[in-house]
Amino acid sequence: MDADITLTVDGAQQRLTVDTRTTLLDALRERIGNTSPKKGCDHGQCGACTVLLDGDRALSCLALAVAHDGAEITTADGLAADGELHPVQQAFLERDAFQCGYCTPGQVCSAVGVLDEVRRGWPSHASQDLTADPELSHDEVAERMSGNLCRCGAYANIVPAVRQAGGVQA
Amino acid sequence: MSAPARTPAGAPGHLTGPAGGGIGTDAQRPDGTLKVRGEFAYGSDLWMEDMLWGVTLRSPHPYARIRSIDVGPALAVPGVHAVLTSDDVPGAKAYGLELADQPVLAVDVVRYQGEPVALVAADHPETARAAAARIVVDYEVWEPVTDAIAALGHPRWNAVHEDDAEVTELSRESAHLHPEGNLVRHLKVRTGDPSPTADVVVVNTYEVGMQDQAFLGPESGLAVPAEDGGVELYVATQWLHVDQRQICSALGLPPEQVRLTLAGVGGAFGGREDLSMHVHACLLALRTGRPVKMSYNREESFFGHVHRHPATMRYEHGATRDGDLVYVKAEIYFDGGAYASSTPAVVGNGGTMGIGPYVVPNVHVDCYGAYTNNPPCGAMRGFGSVQTAFAYESQMDALAAALGMDPVELRCRNAMEQGSTAITGQVIDSPAPVVELLRRLEAMPMPDAAPDDLRHMPGGVSNTTHGEGVRRGVGYAVSYKNVAFSEGFDDYSTARVRLEVVGGEPVATVHTAAAEVGQGLVTVEQQIARTELGVDRVVVHPKDTQVGSAGSTSASRQTYVTGGAVKAACEAVRGQVLARAAELTGRPVGELRLFDGAVVGEGLELPLAEVLGDDAVEETLEWRHRPTEAIDPETGQGFAHVQYAFSAHRAVVDVDTELGLVKVVEMACTQDVGKAINPQAVIGQIQGGTAQGLGLAVMEEILIRDGKVQNPSFTDYLIPTILDMPPMRIEVLEYADPHAPYGLRGVGEAPNISSGPAVLAAIRQATGLPLTRVPVRPEHLTGT
Ligand code: FES
Ligand code: FES
Repeated sequence: MDADITLTVDGAQQRLTVDTRTTLLDALRERIGNTSPKKGCDHGQCGACTVLLDGDRALSCLALAVAHDGAEITTADGLAADGELHPVQQAFLERDAFQCGYCTPGQVCSAVGVLDEVRRGWPSHASQDLTADPELSHDEVAERMSGNLCRCGAYANIVPAVRQAGGVQA
Repeated sequence: MSAPARTPAGAPGHLTGPAGGGIGTDAQRPDGTLKVRGEFAYGSDLWMEDMLWGVTLRSPHPYARIRSIDVGPALAVPGVHAVLTSDDVPGAKAYGLELADQPVLAVDVVRYQGEPVALVAADHPETARAAAARIVVDYEVWEPVTDAIAALGHPRWNAVHEDDAEVTELSRESAHLHPEGNLVRHLKVRTGDPSPTADVVVVNTYEVGMQDQAFLGPESGLAVPAEDGGVELYVATQWLHVDQRQICSALGLPPEQVRLTLAGVGGAFGGREDLSMHVHACLLALRTGRPVKMSYNREESFFGHVHRHPATMRYEHGATRDGDLVYVKAEIYFDGGAYASSTPAVVGNGGTMGIGPYVVPNVHVDCYGAYTNNPPCGAMRGFGSVQTAFAYESQMDALAAALGMDPVELRCRNAMEQGSTAITGQVIDSPAPVVELLRRLEAMPMPDAAPDDLRHMPGGVSNTTHGEGVRRGVGYAVSYKNVAFSEGFDDYSTARVRLEVVGGEPVATVHTAAAEVGQGLVTVEQQIARTELGVDRVVVHPKDTQVGSAGSTSASRQTYVTGGAVKAACEAVRGQVLARAAELTGRPVGELRLFDGAVVGEGLELPLAEVLGDDAVEETLEWRHRPTEAIDPETGQGFAHVQYAFSAHRAVVDVDTELGLVKVVEMACTQDVGKAINPQAVIGQIQGGTAQGLGLAVMEEILIRDGKVQNPSFTDYLIPTILDMPPMRIEVLEYADPHAPYGLRGVGEAPNISSGPAVLAAIRQATGLPLTRVPVRPEHLTGT
């Protein structure tokens, strides 16, 4: 069965007709031609497909496109609108927080989501005090980024990159 | 020579990247900005307007005869453009890196689960998949051969040892899988006294499970038919020219008609050295006359590339009461799976590196690679040395325990150094700071005791007890790995370097076919050109077969060999430029050099624009490291390896002995890299290699039952997450190898080798258990 939907992707409105079984990831990559989010597993196991969905980070391979009619989606590419890198992207570059780069667009979107969650005071499993505002500690960042696999093992640089982007002098 | 090609969207272009940074600096990656935006086009991102999608039908059985294949029902599916079987392979029906024994598409027999049987091209990937499912293959299912030792008809531990022989004749298990039998290679090393005796002897058997490269970007590429009847292939790979050779052979086309360009590579780690979808996509493109894209999903990826060989190893170490090694006997079995891939070379490394970086007068090694009906195994980072390191380093710990000695003392006492003789009879003719690597680790501060917080316990809050059974352990291990290709292989790389002035600014362009897989080779190419030519702007040409072979991105060799080629080509260009400048200025060439975009000499600064005008100076040349030689088949003696890499790890772990859970608390690593061309990239290699070694020690294994893979997903095949990787302390030493460009030493593999054995040693120390198998699982620790 097909359905007509509208998505705003990196600021541009897209109208498309999709088979209702189409994932948001496939809609982005195959239909809209935005290959910034990567497909590492298609099963919610690796995080490479992470995008910002109405501002929150989400695994686009686990989302059905039809379920997000009208949604606003930002990919890593869209974070760098006007050619200016987002502070998270800049920090990933400066900290060499990647090698092959396949996980990176997902890591970057996830990190943007993490910084926002911390700013909003959402606690995590690693938070020391559930009533206080979480701090952007090593443990806090690692815990929140643990859904994004990096086979190249750039983890040791990802944590300081996220903290740097969050304004922590690390 | 190239026919006009249509270029797929996103195809790799020239990399310019940030200017500046010669060798020895943390120059930034030229592809970095593209990667953080997701604009760097991996094989799976390429796209053409009229392309079709190719899928592979694979065998569900590890061993079976194909009675018949009916492709009719698949062809009848609307949207299907082609269905191919082995009958449609126009050239050689089989390919392989070392032996051409692996069918492009199964011919009569399938020898492993997942072997490609047929291909479908359709206008949508789901259509192609649905059509493939309609192909009717009639199999006569055979009992698979699944044990490497039995496959060779060997008693379980042959005459070298005294154990019971469980299999004494050619049994069903050892039925020939290939006409020549099931032995891929038997390597022997024999030195000193054939029947030595020693005061203290330790004998143990070790097993290493099958590890997957698990690169995050699955196999993918796009084949585009060309007007000259040939094909252009954009593909994620490690060695364009060895792919080209095999593709040409299968397609029956000359190299001019099979042109490859490297697509973005989402990690490799050895798993892309063999062909995957390469020939398949080309066959479909040539048949349909349309571009064909193939992109494996994660499950197919587990079947679509070779894995790290599982190994069974029996070691006997003899030493004096003072701790001097007297002899080592080792019997090593690598399960090569259904096809040879690079098993012969893995056996070569496993055998010749097989006792570690130690000096031993009497050595008796038998190293075997066998065919079975398990998934084919081949290259993975550490290549034969990872498996043996688990065994020889465990033996050093066992020996230390038997002697009542400190394990680090025992290692230092027997460590090789420059001038030592390796078991191949080769004199180690460059620095071998094994003792220093260990001593520096020992001197590093230890991590604090685990805080009294459940979240820091092994397993975290969800799994742990209250820590009553948590024990800390510390372990050490050293790695020893040959760099570059060995045993007489003609190992070279080709570089084309051009220097010109564009818009008033001097620009160098470096063109090699060396695959960038994430390690940062493109950065290194730029750095070398900047240093050698004194220019800031260096453009990296797309990697393709329009220039000669660079050899493989494997064996920790590209910075050495392609780096050497780029350096040599730059020197040739520089020679020409300086000769022109000498002519212009009347100065002798010897007084001139290139610096900051100008020819400079005493009181002279002549901008390159004035020397070159509108001309470009270009040189293309091949560069080789000094030759190695084949080893003697009976004794294993010979100048087999050109260079060795050494690293050492100290692992600190907490083990919950009741729950069988391990938390790696800290990893420390020391490595000699000769010269760090890009220190930041060296650290990245050490971190990444450490993570993969840790993974093999405690979590990563492809589980095989009766030849069938049980866990082809990231839910069931676990790789380290950011939470599994502990903080690291790293010290990098730079003792120049006088034989290598800039004195550098290959970096990528060594840390992958010493990491796992150090973790294992630490778990052993924490638990007091012998632990002779990796990955260590909870039941090994709890005995349940
Ligand atoms: S592709 Fe979505 S989590 Fe892996
Ligand atoms: S950079 Fe390669 S997977 Fe993360």
